[in-house]
Amino acid sequence: MKEFTCIICPRGCQLIIDKNNNVTGNACPRGKEYAINEITNPTRTITTSIRVSNRIDTLVSVKTNLAIPKNLVFEAMEIINKLSIGAPTKIGQIVLKNILDTGADIIITKNID
Amino acid sequence: MKTVDLVIIGGGSAGMAAALQAKKEGISDILILEKDECLGGILNQCIHNGFGLTEFKEELTGPEYLWRFVDQIHEEKIPYICNAQVIDLSKDKIIKYSKYGLVETIKAKAIVMATGCYERSAGAIQLPGDRCTGVITAGLAQKYLNIKGYMVGKRVVILGSGDIGLIMARRLTLEGAKVICVSEIMPYSAGLNRNIQQCLKDYDIPLYLSRTVSKVVGKNRLEKVTLSSVDENMNFIPGTEMEIECDTLVLSVGLVPYISLLNYIGCPIGPTKGAIVNNYMETKIDGVFACGNCLHVHDVVDFVTEEGRNAGHGAALYIKNLIKNDGEISVIPGREISYVVPQFIDKKTNENVTLKLRVRKPLKDQFVVVKSGDRIISKTYKLGVVPSEMILLNLSIDKINEINEELTVELEGK
Amino acid sequence: MENLKNLHDVLIIGGGIIGTFVARELSKYDLEVGLIEAKNDVGDGCSGANSAIIHSGYDPLPGTLKAKFNVLGNLMWDEIAEELDVHFYRIGSLTIALEDNQLEVLNSLAHRAKENGVEVKLLNAKEVKELEPNINPNVKGALLAPTAGIVDPFLAVVKAMENAMDNGVKLYLNNRVEKITKEENIYIVKTNKGEYKSRVVINAAGVHSGEIANMIEPIDWKVIPRKGEYFLLDHFMYGFVNHTIFPLPSEKGKGVLFTLTTSGNLMFGPSSEEIEDLDDVSTDKLTLDSVKSQALNLIPNIPMHKVIRVFSGNRPTTTRHDFIIEPAKSDKNFINVAGIESPGFASAPAIAKYVVDELVNDVISLKEKNNYISHVRKHPNLYDMGLENRAKFVENNPEFGEVICNCEKISLGEIKDTLNRNCAPTSIKGIKKRCRAGFGSCQGGFCQSRIIEILAEHYNLSPLDVLYDKEGSNILIDTIKEGK
Repeated sequence: MKEFTCIICPRGCQLIIDKNNNVTGNACPRGKEYAINEITNPTRTITTSIRVSNRIDTLVSVKTNLAIPKNLVFEAMEIINKLSIGAPTKIGQIVLKNILDTGADIIITKNID
Repeated sequence: MKTVDLVIIGGGSAGMAAALQAKKEGISDILILEKDECLGGILNQCIHNGFGLTEFKEELTGPEYLWRFVDQIHEEKIPYICNAQVIDLSKDKIIKYSKYGLVETIKAKAIVMATGCYERSAGAIQLPGDRCTGVITAGLAQKYLNIKGYMVGKRVVILGSGDIGLIMARRLTLEGAKVICVSEIMPYSAGLNRNIQQCLKDYDIPLYLSRTVSKVVGKNRLEKVTLSSVDENMNFIPGTEMEIECDTLVLSVGLVPYISLLNYIGCPIGPTKGAIVNNYMETKIDGVFACGNCLHVHDVVDFVTEEGRNAGHGAALYIKNLIKNDGEISVIPGREISYVVPQFIDKKTNENVTLKLRVRKPLKDQFVVVKSGDRIISKTYKLGVVPSEMILLNLSIDKINEINEELTVELEGK
Repeated sequence: MENLKNLHDVLIIGGGIIGTFVARELSKYDLEVGLIEAKNDVGDGCSGANSAIIHSGYDPLPGTLKAKFNVLGNLMWDEIAEELDVHFYRIGSLTIALEDNQLEVLNSLAHRAKENGVEVKLLNAKEVKELEPNINPNVKGALLAPTAGIVDPFLAVVKAMENAMDNGVKLYLNNRVEKITKEENIYIVKTNKGEYKSRVVINAAGVHSGEIANMIEPIDWKVIPRKGEYFLLDHFMYGFVNHTIFPLPSEKGKGVLFTLTTSGNLMFGPSSEEIEDLDDVSTDKLTLDSVKSQALNLIPNIPMHKVIRVFSGNRPTTTRHDFIIEPAKSDKNFINVAGIESPGFASAPAIAKYVVDELVNDVISLKEKNNYISHVRKHPNLYDMGLENRAKFVENNPEFGEVICNCEKISLGEIKDTLNRNCAPTSIKGIKKRCRAGFGSCQGGFCQSRIIEILAEHYNLSPLDVLYDKEGSNILIDTIKEGK
């Protein structure tokens, strides 16, 4: 049996999952899915920023468009820290495809003219 | 003097929503005044995700959320001026603002205040100890990190477990700092459970409850902090001191509505430290409305957006002369309730009203009861209530029309 | 010849209210004057952390130097404040009796006032309540001293230095004095940065004045600094308190008082603790709690949620318990101005004049300059202009329309103005002291990042090198993101 907090929405349900993958404490089906993922393959979305190459002292925010395995988060950060992009930037624009073979892309989350 | 039907002061989530709603209701002469260089307010620096679940049914980062509204502002061709700082405001709604030195004076029919909030500082919590740098509010640290690209410290203690503090624990960790712990003076966290999980537990950052900083030590820059446990009266308990070497103390110790302009016009202020308003979000100053975090500090931006719409709606009614003001019903926070917004309801309203309230402390198995005299107007069961979470209660028109006396909102154990 | 190149007529050690006022007074004469300050700005010791009250002078014991200089100095403040373009208001002070048996003490204080030549008036309970509606309702009476005033303590020091520099005085910041020797009638003051030579040395080193005096000869007095902790509240407090309000004075000082800053902030304190470490400006909860409870005794309904800052300052109390304004026993060319605790601010103009006219004049001849500039260049104060004039002014000076500090409504123009004067700020705190940017309810939360950029640009520094306060007080420690 394992107990943890659901991070899917601000409600933050206390989930309990037993060894047969029965989930209790969830207020919605997404909680169940989260609980099972959390013990089989926990994943997280990274949100961070990268430099804008043609603007002085400017960063633009980015994220992984999919959650990536939790244990790859710091490795991914090292790669992201070295990225940069030229302005203008557009939300959704891909900066790096398929980071660490996770299938997730690094995408821009802020428009800069 | 130039006149404008509706001036919105502050182009963040609340202000943009107010503008869009007013426009939808036929007000076309609108102007948004934004003090920063772009619309969006504080969400510009909130690059983490978790926004928009109510509004868009998806999880967005702060900038993504705000851009959905900026795009609508552009589509609706609502005029806005950035870098416009309001330097004076009068009761008859004459606004002076300055943009790169040019001072403009405009007269508005209605004003929506959407100026957001500010962070309580080290001074405000009377943080004891040396006068050194390395003590910084979470929002300012967030700005340096996310907008300017600077680290504010390498070994960090966070005081206060509000969401900004938790979010900053993760952000600082991801960017290479060592976050040693989060310390919270209350016996419970002020942040969302999900943030304790994904910002602290994910990175093995301990959260100490009922413990606060009793001393900061450092000649020039912070060298260490002492944490002490506190008793129920918030006094330090001797013998519980714990010294932690660190170069930075990040403060996430509360937000306060930013209302310096309302002070100019003598606007009455309520227990939220923001204006007191009626169900149209109109303050006690005729034609001046308030919404978002300058009215009361919200937990989720989606609710700020919703409240902005309420204010935009109220301002539109006001401009069209549709608010009667034939008497008001007061709404009083009762047992275990710290505040309720709005504080007044127009007796003749023909709309449903949403009451927004916060509880004083975490409790399980509670009914939120709305009473008028001895009569129970509504009774809603809650499995658990916490101060960090805003409670929304809907009152339908027919219920409001039955009421003559003031309303009290209180908690009642099961 | 090289030796005489950096020779001063007078060298002042210490850039507090005394050092800077003496410097300004000396700048009226044809002299080479220098001022050595250990910190990176003037007014950062006791002068920057005290009650900033221009006491009326009724309180010090008749015959003391405190009584003499307080009464004289108080009278000089109107003119000085006007010349230095510093806010100074005579709001008056009330000394409060909360018990019937204290009325007698008020009577004796009134008598003392008469001896000192200070105008006072005894008020009954009703009169006090009319003047101060928030006072403890048990008030029995009060002593009103209408000539008491308040001043901006930061600007008083900074502007005196600025004006002194306008008149040729040199300021040596970041110089901590290590040793003083004398060769052929010339003092050599050795600091961590270099050597400065002078015919006359004035010791105005505040809490450090004992150490400096000891470098010349053994002294029969000692500095026993007393720390005072204060609470500062936000403004929009007009009418809450209208005067400086004192409890009855005690052995330890004037007690926990209430006063206003010239910007309308309410302030109360100080505590009074003897301390060992001269530079310990920490606060602690027990002391603050005690200050608060004493304060509540005078005014029961303090809006504590309006507190924006707590701070402490160290008063240079000496074992003599009076001002020490005299040459060293062995040498008239070395002048000690020590132990200038309360009422130091009130007394400063009179002390400065006495030091120059009597003590310096005794050892070197003073010749008045014919090009002395008595006034500092006026500040463009947007608040005092009125809206119409402000609009016009801003149109011609666009940077004054770009508000940087939203709480206090301080513009880029005002910040840049402080940078383009003598005695310019080098840190964020220096800017805050000079134009109040960052002094409001958010305490710099919104504007600090902009002010870092302004300082970095002005001094051509990396933002990483911008200081908040003293050396080593950098706010930013590294850049992130390696992407090019």
